[in-house]
Amino acid sequence: MFGELGSITLLSLQVSGLATLLSLTLGLPFGTWLALGRFRGRSLVLSTINTGMALPPVVVGLVVAILLWRSGPLGELRLIYTPAAIVLAQIVIAAPVVTGLTAAALQQLDPRLQLQLLGLGASRGQMIWALWREARLPLLAALMAGFGSVISEVGASMMVGGNIRGQTRVLTTAIVLETSRGEFERAMALGLLLLGITFLINAGLTWIQQHGARRP
Amino acid sequence: MNPMLELRGVLVRRNGRPVLEIERLAIQHGEVLALLGPNGAGKSTLLLVLARLLLPERGEIIFQGTAQSSATDLAYRRRVGLVLQDPLLLDGSVLYNICLGLRFRGWSERTARPRAQAWLERLGIGPLRDRPARQISGGEAQRVALARAFVLEPDLLLLDEPFHSLDRPMRAALMADLRQLLSETGTTTVIITHDPHEVDQLSGRAIALRDGRLVGSPSGAGSWTAGAP
Repeated sequence: MFGELGSITLLSLQVSGLATLLSLTLGLPFGTWLALGRFRGRSLVLSTINTGMALPPVVVGLVVAILLWRSGPLGELRLIYTPAAIVLAQIVIAAPVVTGLTAAALQQLDPRLQLQLLGLGASRGQMIWALWREARLPLLAALMAGFGSVISEVGASMMVGGNIRGQTRVLTTAIVLETSRGEFERAMALGLLLLGITFLINAGLTWIQQHGARRP
Repeated sequence: MNPMLELRGVLVRRNGRPVLEIERLAIQHGEVLALLGPNGAGKSTLLLVLARLLLPERGEIIFQGTAQSSATDLAYRRRVGLVLQDPLLLDGSVLYNICLGLRFRGWSERTARPRAQAWLERLGIGPLRDRPARQISGGEAQRVALARAFVLEPDLLLLDEPFHSLDRPMRAALMADLRQLLSETGTTTVIITHDPHEVDQLSGRAIALRDGRLVGSPSGAGSWTAGAP
């Protein structure tokens, strides 16, 4: 039992951790571009991203499953019912969250700060780095929200992962399974475990965030 | 003598309407030039054009004999110091803020610190070195903003109403210090101001803008020039 529980927990952390990191890799530069760029259609893109922040995981799961299905456009990759498929679906869920909150974090800064940094001799890259540093607290909140959105979702993991024992079963899909079997105590224990892990990770990130806030 | 900086045929338009039209403006080495004019006259726009933070629709900036282009922008901006109306300090210590421009220029923290410390002392804010920049007073913050520009030892210093938010005694004290620093360093400076007293105190020449155009030097400008005895 503990062996299986351990591997389910580890897979949950690996899949959602990787999906969050990849979402950050995509969302941080894209959100920065949206916040600082001046181009036609920017408001439309921002509205679309903000809508994407509330994408129902089960719909994401459905679309990714259609794409990855053996007869689907990406079927040859043979990713359906693998952890990679769950990562892919979770990126679709978390990337808009990280992008939207990154854009919001940078838009909250005084726009004259960009001029001041450039006026101090910053290159464009140095300016962006300084703005990220300035907005580091809300950016960490974006990271936490991105992780929170995927570690807790079940719809997409179930549809593209298939909840296969020893292969694609994660904490949330295991909870669904135990509940459907009427094993409420085991489902509750898994639920508490999921809550505990999420709490520990968010407590760690919050500590970093608040430590950063106190630093002179 | 060739001017240090020259603007030729500069046009800036906003929403199709010209907001800055300058046929020619020359700034000499060591000169302290005051820019006067009512709100909306184009003073801040001109300062941003001089800082190459706003590229004009047409016209050129010739700096030390070389016409500036987008290829030379970064190198040019690194020879300029800019202080805006509000100090716009970053989240960090006073020292961090003062070292920022030097760090952008590739200085290590170890080499930047002594120079930053020297400028902290010259602006009378040495004891604030390790204080969070967001927790100091308005007058202190404006001194930090000036130190942050002076530490770069720029060829051209651009000041957009640096005393704007200060009360009268604080303004007088900072103005006296700025006058002394400009005199000691001989830094070529363009300063925007509304206050004729500041023109008398600080500048060698004053020009006025109205509706984006130069309308000549107002009377009452003093004859003092940076670097003069």
